[in-house]
Amino acid sequence: MTAEVRAKPPGATVRWPRWRARGEADFPVVAAICCALLAVAALFGPLLAPYAKDAVDLSASLSPPFWQAGGSTKHLLGTDQLGRDILSRLIAGARVSLATATAAVAISGLFGVIAGLVAGYIGGVLEAVVMRLVDAFLSLPFILLALALVATLGSGFGNIILVMVIANWARYARLVRSEVIGIKQRDYVTLARIAGVGPIRIMLRHVLPNALNSVVVLAILDVGRAIILESSLSFLGVGIQPPDVSWGLMLADGRTFLGFAWWLTTLPGLAIVIAVLCFNSLGRWLRIRLDPRGQL
Amino acid sequence: MALVEVRDLCVEFGSVERPVQAVSHVDLTIENGEIVGIAGESGSGKTTLCAALIHALPRTARVSGEVTFDNRSILTMSPRELRKLRGREISMILQNPMTSLDPLFTIGNQMGEVLSARGTAARALRAREIELLRSVHLTAPEARLRQYPHELSGGMRQRILIAMASATAPKLLLADEPTTALDATIQEEILVLFREIRDRFGTAIAIVTHDLGVIRRICDRVIIMYAGRIVEEGPVEEIFGAPRHPYTRALLASIPVLDDDRVVIQAIPGQVPNLAELGNFCPFAQRCPMVIDRCRGESPPANLSAARHRTFCWRAGEAA
Repeated sequence: MTAEVRAKPPGATVRWPRWRARGEADFPVVAAICCALLAVAALFGPLLAPYAKDAVDLSASLSPPFWQAGGSTKHLLGTDQLGRDILSRLIAGARVSLATATAAVAISGLFGVIAGLVAGYIGGVLEAVVMRLVDAFLSLPFILLALALVATLGSGFGNIILVMVIANWARYARLVRSEVIGIKQRDYVTLARIAGVGPIRIMLRHVLPNALNSVVVLAILDVGRAIILESSLSFLGVGIQPPDVSWGLMLADGRTFLGFAWWLTTLPGLAIVIAVLCFNSLGRWLRIRLDPRGQL
Repeated sequence: MALVEVRDLCVEFGSVERPVQAVSHVDLTIENGEIVGIAGESGSGKTTLCAALIHALPRTARVSGEVTFDNRSILTMSPRELRKLRGREISMILQNPMTSLDPLFTIGNQMGEVLSARGTAARALRAREIELLRSVHLTAPEARLRQYPHELSGGMRQRILIAMASATAPKLLLADEPTTALDATIQEEILVLFREIRDRFGTAIAIVTHDLGVIRRICDRVIIMYAGRIVEEGPVEEIFGAPRHPYTRALLASIPVLDDDRVVIQAIPGQVPNLAELGNFCPFAQRCPMVIDRCRGESPPANLSAARHRTFCWRAGEAA
């Protein structure tokens, strides 16, 4: 190859802002702050909320947010038909939504990773069986499954999480298996095997850590997805049950007043949108950072 | 008895109706403390042969014949016995040092994993790691232990891999193209390391390569493979000095010669035969300049000349 260094013609140079490394994704500052705020709301909600989530004040029922005529700073984001404070209920809902979402993601991630790791590394009949199972689970219609399960098992936190795990674990299994198949052919895995290292040790020590990057990315993206799933379930009445409160449930409750009390539905809807958007952009950034070739 | 004895080894891939014999009726022995070169072009079965020696063939391979290591039959061993053998009595080095270390862990961490699995006490670990790195002439071994693979050059990584492979003073070290990915000056240093390991531990070393220069510099004996079969085998001086198989001669003639500023390459006409279409006859017959009718009808038997010099050719006895 001939090495020829040519001076770039003036003006052809692309200038990048000083704070931004070439080709790298920007850290989503706004999204990160939102996620942090959500986490704080979820963790310390009862301390932050101006009212208890089910404190009824019938004299102030259906009052609009403070900036609208008839609203007051007593209830910043207004109240519902029973005079319950929307802001307080949104904060309480954040805790429920985030807790169910993260628990569902963590558990389905755990199952999926184990299944994908073993299937991909061992291969053979075991792999075929696990992967057909994955195909089957991925083709289940989610809402129908959720309705059927709640109808038989009853609702409750545990069952909602169970439904989401059933709907989600297979995606982790599929992702991890494909990563593992690539990793197990790398030379350091071959050498470890030839050096007499047992299969379980190789899986945990060399294969899993190298596959974990994409799992982390998928998990972050999945938190957003899980928030939507939980909201859909609650909206349909098979998710979180009163007196607990979640964003999906608030949405369902406010539906009947849509015509004259927009804040009952719009505000929890907005909360869902913002939360999902923030987790997604955080996940997108992580994907670019952890996986320069963008194989996901 | 020799350290490694291979009897009538065949390795087949593909369907039963149309099998492809990657290794076909191979007999060979490796003595203690011997450095053997296995040479051949791509697809000649040298890597498959190597994998068969430690029973690390892909699951789809069908193997027949016999491989014994230190009087134990490798091919009938349970996975558990094999694990005990590998890494203690048999070690291996792969072609590409850039991908042979796990990128997520420091050198010290990975060496420690190998050593503690072999029963080195936790307290003695660091001292032993440093000692090993010294034995392969790495500078600043203490600093290397804290570094990650990407911080080291290919030559350094190959040294580390050799250090790890020789940690247990194995009886047999398999090296699959150990110098192919390295540049020429580093190659020489790596070859010196192999000789040192042999002299220190009495380790037998099998080097698989297509680089005849490497074999000439370091090996005691050489095995030339073509299309999954051994075509010629013998002491290095004999094979390089007086090759008897037409393929060996062609191979030696194809080493580029620098002549008056012009590089002269004597290519071998024709192509490597399709392994699936090879019948029971000499695999080199299609390209052989000395071919006779018999070559296309029957497989040639071993023709023994001088001590341990075997040639599989009908016309081996004739003068070139």
